[in-house]
Amino acid sequence: MQNEWLYIGIFLVIGIIVPVVPLVFARLVAPRKPNSIKQSTYECGIETVGESWVQFKAQYYIFALVFLVFDVESVFLFPWALTLKQLPLFVVLEGILFIGILVTGLVYAWRKGMLEWV
Amino acid sequence: MTFWNNPINFIGNWLTGLLTGWHLPVALATILLYIIGITVLIVFAMTLDIGLVWVERKVVARFQDRLGPNRIGPFGLIQPVADIIKMVIKEDITPAGADKIIYNIAPVLAATSVILLWAILPLASTIYGVDLNVGLLYIVAAGALGTLAIIMAGWSSNNKYALLGAFRMVSNMISYEIPMVIILLIPTILANTMSVQGITQAQSGMWFAILSPLALLIFVISAIAELGRSPFDLNEAESEIVAGFHIEYTGMKFGWFYAGELLHAFTFGGFMAILFFGGYGGFFGLEKLAAFGWLNIPFVQALVFITKAMIGYWVIMWVKYSVPRIRIDHMLAFNWKFLVPLALVVLVNTAVLNKVLIDLPGWLYVLGMFGSNIVIGFITVEILRAHGRKQRSLTPPSPQPLHPSGHMSQGERGV
Amino acid sequence: MTAEQIIFILTGALVLGSGLMVVTVRNLLHAALWLVASLFGVAILYAILQANFLAVVQVVVYIGAIAVLFIFAVMLTRRELMEKGRQTRPNRWLPALLGLLILSGLVVLILSVPGVENTAAALPAGLDTVRALGTALVSPDAYVVPFEVASVLMLAALVGAVYVATAEKK
Repeated sequence: MQNEWLYIGIFLVIGIIVPVVPLVFARLVAPRKPNSIKQSTYECGIETVGESWVQFKAQYYIFALVFLVFDVESVFLFPWALTLKQLPLFVVLEGILFIGILVTGLVYAWRKGMLEWV
Repeated sequence: MTFWNNPINFIGNWLTGLLTGWHLPVALATILLYIIGITVLIVFAMTLDIGLVWVERKVVARFQDRLGPNRIGPFGLIQPVADIIKMVIKEDITPAGADKIIYNIAPVLAATSVILLWAILPLASTIYGVDLNVGLLYIVAAGALGTLAIIMAGWSSNNKYALLGAFRMVSNMISYEIPMVIILLIPTILANTMSVQGITQAQSGMWFAILSPLALLIFVISAIAELGRSPFDLNEAESEIVAGFHIEYTGMKFGWFYAGELLHAFTFGGFMAILFFGGYGGFFGLEKLAAFGWLNIPFVQALVFITKAMIGYWVIMWVKYSVPRIRIDHMLAFNWKFLVPLALVVLVNTAVLNKVLIDLPGWLYVLGMFGSNIVIGFITVEILRAHGRKQRSLTPPSPQPLHPSGHMSQGERGV
Repeated sequence: MTAEQIIFILTGALVLGSGLMVVTVRNLLHAALWLVASLFGVAILYAILQANFLAVVQVVVYIGAIAVLFIFAVMLTRRELMEKGRQTRPNRWLPALLGLLILSGLVVLILSVPGVENTAAALPAGLDTVRALGTALVSPDAYVVPFEVASVLMLAALVGAVYVATAEKK
């Protein structure tokens, strides 16, 4: 245990250092001549129109919410999946009940039009 | 334990002996060894990444019936080195009004989230980083960090197209994560373990691709969507929002997004190989015969794994360069209305049949699992056909039939 | 001071420091990202405790889903991402005193539990924690009812969200 997570911890640290090294090298080597035209926001070569904040669709949020519920559900299913070999068949049925309850949620969201990209 | 059987532990033990002989405490020696091993692994991954740039450009060229880079070095093999040098010496332009700290962290996080996946990738039965007993969820966790990097990049660029691209990309990635996680449950059930090594070793008799081809199909589709590659690359749609969330990135920062995507694609090819095609093993029991004993040598296994990963990566590239882009609403509808229910059906089917058929002799088990997948696939296609038929009958016929000569009738022209 | 204690103190500092930054920075998106750092610290704590499954689930669910949801919500509703107005209240000392009292009460309570200073017994070697968790979740004499109730809870959350969203559309 200790060894596994220690390894992954060191991996994370070195994994952060390795991308940073070329960036630091680039900062030393590359030219830096900022001027206001180079630094202006890109909008296909023309001047920007309006602010850089626009009204986004609320649909993004709905999808994120449905994703959250199903993400938690699938994470619950992992310990269940690991017991299927040892325990008898009714364990499979318990899992099917779990999945079934959440599928009704998906069907409800579908029928209510929440899954449309209006 | 010889060098050929277990190269990493052999070298590790030798180095530990050397370092403790120099009066270093064991714990420090272990940490030093970890650092050396990890650096070697990451450098290997990065070198592979550079090679992948060449592979990608040559393959896309061949798909588009042209030659690809062939000037620099034989067959253009030195091209990626030229690319990297170019990216490093390009000027790094930070847009005005960008949030500097987040702007700089985003590419590093994107690259790190891909590098982290190499900690659990088993190149051979004794060449791997760690064998986490929750390996499959670790893959999903590293993907979650990548999602965060994209939001950070999109928001900190102070550019509405970057933000739009980031939103679309993140919605895409999180939506397609659900079928992927559900499909990851299937090798878990079939192998009775979540560790990646365990899943590879459980396939020494039969590949999971044969036991559950529908799972392989759904995994490939979700993996391509997770990677953000065509046909799901709405964030990089050059004709629509010009490079999406990495519009304002130049030089090496963009390089990390690009190289990270290629390495991510290759790593997912590797996971496809591990989860469904037996990874470094999967020789259907051939390696137990005396004549094929050389199949157990770790270096041969590593070669087998890299070959299978390359084939997986080639399939991903094949799809990218052959299929047109899908619209965002079609993408999301496809996921939530088709892939998620299908994945759940395949999961339930696998769970039930695995329990019921496990006691039957081998070939009957394989036949049962494979057959059930074919039946589900057939029923799905029938449902889709019926749905398509209904959609077509609902669409009204076109209002103005064309004139027999192919031109529109006189009244229509010139309006 | 063993290495484990040092790592624990550093991680605790990360969690608490990030938590403090979440409530004090003015830029809402920065606050969301400090929250991500805090959650990551909690995942590290789970890893130190050898709870592998919980550590990865923390990253997958909290950072991959809930933090993303927060960031979407912040970006979709706020026109200005900066908090305007005073950061501190005029009468700071009363809530601070209250907080301090609660903290000391909690510390006294925790220290009075017998055996809290002992190191926990090591897990039996070869115990697969995820499988044990799974067995506990599906055994009829363990936690199968909370397992199924959790799915009903999530269904309720989904239905509630759909209802609120459709109510707003009208």
